[in-house]
Amino acid sequence: MRRLAVPLALFLAAISACGGVGGSSGGGAAAGSTLTTMGFGLPDEIATTRVDAFTKAHPDIRLTINQGQFDEQAFLSSVASGNAPDLVYLPRDKIGGYAARGALQPITGCVADHAIPTGDYYPAAARQVQLGGQWYGIPEFYNSVVLIVNDKAAEDAGVDPAEIDTRDWDALAALARKMTKSSGGTIERLGFHPKLPEFLPLWAKANGADLLSADGLTPHLDDPKVAEALAYAAKLVEEQGGWTRVKAFADTFDYFGAGNPFAKDQLGMLLTEQFVVSAMAGADPDAAVTVLPFLGRDGAPVNSVGGNAWAVPKGAKNPGGACTWMKEMTAADTWIAAARARQAKRAAEGKVDIGTYTGNQKADAVIFGEMRKPSGREAYDDAVEVIRSVQQAGFTVPPSKAAAEFTTAYQQAGTRVLQGEQTAEEALGQAQAEAVKALGS
Amino acid sequence: MRTGETRWAYIFLIPWIVGLVLFQAGPMIASAVLSFTDYDLIGSSEFVGVENYATMAADPRLARAIGNTLLYTVVHVPLACLLALGLALLLNRITGRAAGVFRTIFYLPSMTPYVAVGVLFLFLLNGQAGVLNEALAIVGIEGPQWTTDPGWMLAGVVIMSLWNLGASTIVLFAALRNVPRELTEAAMIDGAGAWQRFRHVTLPLISAALFFVVVVDTIAALQMFDQVYTMYFGTSQAQQTSGDAALFYVVYLFQQGFQFLHMGYASALAWLLFAVIAVITFIQVKVGNRLVHYEDPAA
Repeated sequence: MRRLAVPLALFLAAISACGGVGGSSGGGAAAGSTLTTMGFGLPDEIATTRVDAFTKAHPDIRLTINQGQFDEQAFLSSVASGNAPDLVYLPRDKIGGYAARGALQPITGCVADHAIPTGDYYPAAARQVQLGGQWYGIPEFYNSVVLIVNDKAAEDAGVDPAEIDTRDWDALAALARKMTKSSGGTIERLGFHPKLPEFLPLWAKANGADLLSADGLTPHLDDPKVAEALAYAAKLVEEQGGWTRVKAFADTFDYFGAGNPFAKDQLGMLLTEQFVVSAMAGADPDAAVTVLPFLGRDGAPVNSVGGNAWAVPKGAKNPGGACTWMKEMTAADTWIAAARARQAKRAAEGKVDIGTYTGNQKADAVIFGEMRKPSGREAYDDAVEVIRSVQQAGFTVPPSKAAAEFTTAYQQAGTRVLQGEQTAEEALGQAQAEAVKALGS
Repeated sequence: MRTGETRWAYIFLIPWIVGLVLFQAGPMIASAVLSFTDYDLIGSSEFVGVENYATMAADPRLARAIGNTLLYTVVHVPLACLLALGLALLLNRITGRAAGVFRTIFYLPSMTPYVAVGVLFLFLLNGQAGVLNEALAIVGIEGPQWTTDPGWMLAGVVIMSLWNLGASTIVLFAALRNVPRELTEAAMIDGAGAWQRFRHVTLPLISAALFFVVVVDTIAALQMFDQVYTMYFGTSQAQQTSGDAALFYVVYLFQQGFQFLHMGYASALAWLLFAVIAVITFIQVKVGNRLVHYEDPAA
């Protein structure tokens, strides 16, 4: 029966062809109204504390949270059939594409009317939810990329983990080789996981290149510096056993449990978002790791940031209520309350809390300046300092009208190189042509 | 009498006919219209003539998806039919209370949700820590990287697909149960061996069921989606790192429709698939008519 996905998909398309989309971008009444969300869940105290704050402040708004992760098909079908929710919660990198196609309403008016303090958001997060000078979403969470080093692997390689210098790519490659352990065709420890093709924008930035122009219109995938970065990172993978083995090995990792790859000595170094550090702090408080900033070849920290956003779909019946929600959920005080709840929960469980990275600078200043005290676990206390130090260096691939196609183009290129099908120049040349076509540039 | 029965037959068919028109024929017609438009699901559609169909000819990812799907179908269908027939023959030899137990056991995998099967086989087939390669290692064979090596990913999908043979097995088993015992006994008395009895008595008598299984399995193989989507395209990370080695036709169709919002192109792809399945089924029916033995109802 599950094979009915195709006819169902087309059925939805067919239905949508007939369904009108009732657009109303005006401010609906917030009081005494209903509010429905899509793509949001209540998995932890960070979510529940903030929802509680909203319901307490606005008891007259009847809230329906359709729990679950963001589902493109469900979202688009709801918009196309005129049954859009009032709010959608989605990854920020999807905002541009949906905004350009009209699936999301501009909320610049809402931001002004409700005096939402947009200056509180980190600039990189704020840029990701704007297109053509209009606001299309309110950002939350701010995931920074850092380098986690396994102290034991560093010791085995004869280096002080704190002294690892990511500016020197030759030395980094040599260290990755030293940290790698294999037996026959089986990898026992991966020296350095560069997280390709996901982190190609990060590697390109570290080499002084951007994948896309700031206005989101002109791809730069054929920039020789991008090819150089891709070729280098792919060579790292090749030297550690090759893509097929490295990926199969990495697929076995459980980053979020007590048996994480650092605890099991399966990884030497990992480029990753800071939520992995947070999960490790909860599951493995005594982990022997060192967290470092990822420095570009010019010595400046490079940090590819991500997170989620709230947005108002086209056809939302209560955009005024949606605006109230977005303001309340992302307000500094709300975040601080949520971070406090997380801190209390972790303390009660005897776990380390590395803080909540909200996307709201004002909230973060309180959380890290006043609330969070050193845990006594040096690795995590130092990690917090490192994460905070790279936040202002955050960057994102600029939003564009063909964000999905653009992302697919460069990631497929990365995979073709990793799989040995093409050289970096060939793959990125093809990706550039695909991106130009998709962006209409 | 006969007219009355016919009338009642039509009355009972009405709910199905209404469902067919509303939920299948209607959307199919709408999809056919959409296939001549540029439509992103959000805005209004724009007529573009046969552009979507012309685009297919120069779409390298589509060519890859077609190649993968056809290769999978060609390998999967004979293997699945042979294995299902083998299991049905085994079941047919079991008598007594155990027969029911084994029938249930053989059918159980069909009850497993496809998504769960996809996730399960990602672990079983993992080249570095999967059970399959660990078993091969015991006999001194270094197994391939089934889930990550582009040269082996399709083979891994075929292996996974053989998990779900319950429905085919039950259909063939039912056919085997209907083979008249006196015919096989007569052949035995005439000195026919086990293979000759199977080849010349059993196989012709179950050929209609076998033909049905081949046709249905071929259609299902050409529409392969759930398991492979779960394995290689279900998350953004999986999608980033899998490349096109396991890109199946319907997965590509889904990507075009709901990821890139090219609903017109996706509709054209759906119609091409429909045409391909229709042609293949037509050929199978023509060939089947010459090979399948249908019992004479008058006999």
